[in-house]
Amino acid sequence: MKKSIFLLLVLAGTLTGHISRAADASAPKRAEPTLEQRVSDLEAAFLNGPRAADSTNNVRSKLGEYDEKSNTYKPLPGPGANAWQMTSAALVLFMTLPGLALFYGGLVRRKNVLSVMAQCLFITGLVTILWFVCGYSLVFHRGGAVLGNLSNAFLYGVTSNPNPDYSGYVSENVFAMYQLMFAIITPALIIGAIAERMKFAAICLFMLLWMFVIYFPQAHMIWGADGFMNGLGNPDAGIKAIDFAGGTVVHMTSGWSALILCLILGKRIGFGKQPMPPHSMVLCMVGTGMLWVGWYGFNAGSAVAADVIAANAFTTTTIATAVASFVWPLAEWIVRGKPSVLGFCSGAVAGLVVITPACGYVTPRGAAIIGVAAGLIPWFFCYKVKSWFGYDDALDTFGVHAVGGTLGALLTGMLARHSVNPNLATNLGGHVKNSFFQPLVLQQLEAIGITLVLATVGTAVIALIVKAVVGLRPAEEIELSGLDLNEHGEEGYHIAAGQQL
Amino acid sequence: MKKIEAIIKPFKLEEVKDALGEIGIEGMTVTEVKGFGRQKGHTEIYRGSEYTVDFLPKIKVEVVLSDEKLEEAVSVIVRAAKTGKIGDGKVFVSNIEEAVRIRTEEKGAQAV
Repeated sequence: MKKSIFLLLVLAGTLTGHISRAADASAPKRAEPTLEQRVSDLEAAFLNGPRAADSTNNVRSKLGEYDEKSNTYKPLPGPGANAWQMTSAALVLFMTLPGLALFYGGLVRRKNVLSVMAQCLFITGLVTILWFVCGYSLVFHRGGAVLGNLSNAFLYGVTSNPNPDYSGYVSENVFAMYQLMFAIITPALIIGAIAERMKFAAICLFMLLWMFVIYFPQAHMIWGADGFMNGLGNPDAGIKAIDFAGGTVVHMTSGWSALILCLILGKRIGFGKQPMPPHSMVLCMVGTGMLWVGWYGFNAGSAVAADVIAANAFTTTTIATAVASFVWPLAEWIVRGKPSVLGFCSGAVAGLVVITPACGYVTPRGAAIIGVAAGLIPWFFCYKVKSWFGYDDALDTFGVHAVGGTLGALLTGMLARHSVNPNLATNLGGHVKNSFFQPLVLQQLEAIGITLVLATVGTAVIALIVKAVVGLRPAEEIELSGLDLNEHGEEGYHIAAGQQL
Repeated sequence: MKKIEAIIKPFKLEEVKDALGEIGIEGMTVTEVKGFGRQKGHTEIYRGSEYTVDFLPKIKVEVVLSDEKLEEAVSVIVRAAKTGKIGDGKVFVSNIEEAVRIRTEEKGAQAV
C-alpha cells in the first residue's frame, strides 16, 4: 500500500514537472523597450488587441518571458482575461455537474434518476482523461483540416503561457480546461434521448468511440486554427462558417447523434402505453436555472477574453433565453390551455441552444428574433413532430438540441453583423453583408450539412459496433425494475412508509 | 361495535379529525390511498406526452366505535368533509366482532 502511494507520488511529480516549466530569469539580450512601447503593449492588453510580444524581432514590452533557446518572447497571460476564463470554465462544468444531471434526472422516472447522474459523472471523468491524453491536441493543435496532431498529447507544451492561435492573454492550460468542459457536456447531452433503457457498459463504450469519431474532428474543423470550417480564424478555410460557442460542435453533433442512437436503441418498454411522467419537476427546474447561469460561461466565455465581444455575448444570451422561455409556455397556453413549468424550462434551454452559435455575432435585436424562433420551432418538434413519427427521444435531446442547434447555425448566418464583431471583416471577406440573405448563409448551410452527415453516419456506425460488442439494452426485467438498483446497486430515494403523510 | 371507513379529500383531514375529537372520539387510523369514483382522474402533459392519471390521492380514515356513537360520528364526518363538489368521497360502515386493547387486554367496547 505504502509502496503504491509512493509510486503515485513519483508519477504525479514527473507529470507536474513537465507542466511547471522553470521560468528563465536571464535578461534578454536586447535593448530595453521604451516607455512608449511598453504603454502601447499595455493598451493592446487592455483592449485584447494583438500583442507586441508575439513578434520575434520586435519585442516591445515586459509582458512576456524571454526564451534563450529559440530567441523569442513568450507572452504571459493577463490577469483579467485569465480570471474570466477560469470562472467561465467552472461555470461550464457547473452546467453538467449538477445542472444537466438535475435537469435530466428530474425528468426520468424515480427508478432511473441515479443512472442519469452516473452517466454524467462517468462522462466527466472519461472525457477529461481523453482530453489530457490526446483530445486537446487533436482538436486545438494545428495539424490538418479535419484533425490536429499529437504534439500536445498528455498536455506537453500546454503551459500557463497563452497560445496566440486562440488568445493573446489567456493561459493555454486554462484555455484547454475551458474547452474540456465543452467536450464534457456535449456527449452528456446525448443521454437525454436514450435515458432509462441503455446498458451502462454500452454507454461507456459508445461515448469513448463517439468522442474520437465525431467530437474531436468536428471541434477541430470548426474551431481549430487550421480547421476546414473555421471561417473566422482560418483564412484558408474551405467552408467559411462561423460558430461562436458551439451550435454545430455541441448541439448539432449531440442532438443528431441522439436521434440516431435512440432509433437504433428502440423505444422504452411500455412507451406510449404506460405513463412515464417526470419524477420531479422541482429537480428539473433547479437544473434549468443552473444551466442558464452556467451558460454565461459557455457563451460569453467563448470570446476567450473579457472584451467587447464577450459583453455582447452576455447580453444576447440573456435576451434570447428570456424571450424563448416566455414564448414556449405562451404557445402551450394558447394551444393546450395551460402554461407548464416544463414549458418555461424547455423554452429557456431552447433559447440558450439557439443563441449559442450566434451570441458573439448578433445584435440584441437579432437575439430577440432568435428567442422567438427558439420558443416556437423546437416546441413544435417536441409537441407535434415527435408524436407524428413516434420515436422515443425520452427527454427531447433531438427536439431541443438538434433542432435548436441547426436553427441557431442558420440564424447565425442570417443575423451576423459587422457592428457586433469586427473580426467578421478579417477572414470572411464579403460573406457578411449585414443583410438577412447574405452569402454567409450558404456557408452555414454547408457546415450544417457536413455536421449532420458526420453526426448521423458516425453514430450509426458506432452504435452498431457497440451493439455487436456489448449489446445496447439491458435485460427486460432490469429495465422494468429500474437501472439504479440493477446497474448501480443504489436507489435515489429511501422513504420510509408513512413519511409522506 | 362498528367500524367507519371514510374516504375523504386529503385537505379535509384536519377538519374531520377535529370534528371527531369534539364529540369525544379518541382514536383513529389514517392512510394515504389512491382511487377513483365518479370524479375520475385528470390529465398531465409533459411536452408532447399526455398522461391520464386515473387514481387520485385520497385519505382513508378508519374509526372503530360503540354502536350508540355511530350515527353522530357519521354525521360529523359527512359535515366536515363536504365541499359539495364531485369527489368528496364516501363513508362505509361495517360490523366489528371483537376488539382488544393490547396494553390492558380489555375487550369489546371498553377497548375502543
